[in-house]
Amino acid sequence: MEKNLKQLANMLELECLTGKENLDRVPHGAYSSDLLSDVMGNAQKDMLWITTQSHKNIVAVASLKELSAIIIVNGRKVGEEVLEAAESEGVVILFSEIPAFETAGKLYNYLHDIEK
Amino acid sequence: MKMQYFIQGGDFSAGGRASTEVKSTIKQFNIPPDKVRRIAVALYEAEMNVVAHAYRGTMNVDLRPDFIRVVFEDEGPGIEDIEKAMEEGFSTASDKVRQMGFGAGMGLPNIKKNCDEMILSSIPGKGTRLEIKVVF
Repeated sequence: MEKNLKQLANMLELECLTGKENLDRVPHGAYSSDLLSDVMGNAQKDMLWITTQSHKNIVAVASLKELSAIIIVNGRKVGEEVLEAAESEGVVILFSEIPAFETAGKLYNYLHDIEK
Repeated sequence: MKMQYFIQGGDFSAGGRASTEVKSTIKQFNIPPDKVRRIAVALYEAEMNVVAHAYRGTMNVDLRPDFIRVVFEDEGPGIEDIEKAMEEGFSTASDKVRQMGFGAGMGLPNIKKNCDEMILSSIPGKGTRLEIKVVF
């Protein structure tokens, strides 16, 4: 059964910082990296992107690659300028207090349970 | 259809703006979505190279019914060894730029993978010219 971002955010206790109007998107897989060119080269459309990067350029990457959402982990602060850019581009930013490894692990189990 | 953009070296905050605008423009035409995404990746990487390495540059887009050609020209330090620069993992980016997640040495390889033609030339100490073409 497919689940959208809203259901995913509830289940994994992620806070939605931007793009609330796009929480009906259905994510397909995820990619975890803090290297922007790695994401540009290897992430696929509709994936979730787990990262500790929280500067403005992540918005352009998510938008250009048509990723379903960015998950900023480890409680990294996200600046006002980044939030504004994400809102205007319709980019969903989800926020997690826990580190990348734990977030990815939970997400992996969640996405695989859905596929069963 | 022709479009020109100015790119300011060192301005990471505006980095990606030109590529994002071109992407929204070309999306309006009947170009296959996977081609649009490939063009977007190539343009973003090239734009960020100008931001990360050059003082200033321009991006000239020439959109035709059957292809898109984009030329980046910058004033900057140029590239000493183009063959080396094309190697995956090689980068001359500063620590500051690397901390932002750039400078992984994947930019030029990503451009090459996402376009049909790529012509890169440079005069060290003067600047760099990059021409990319994607056929629809």
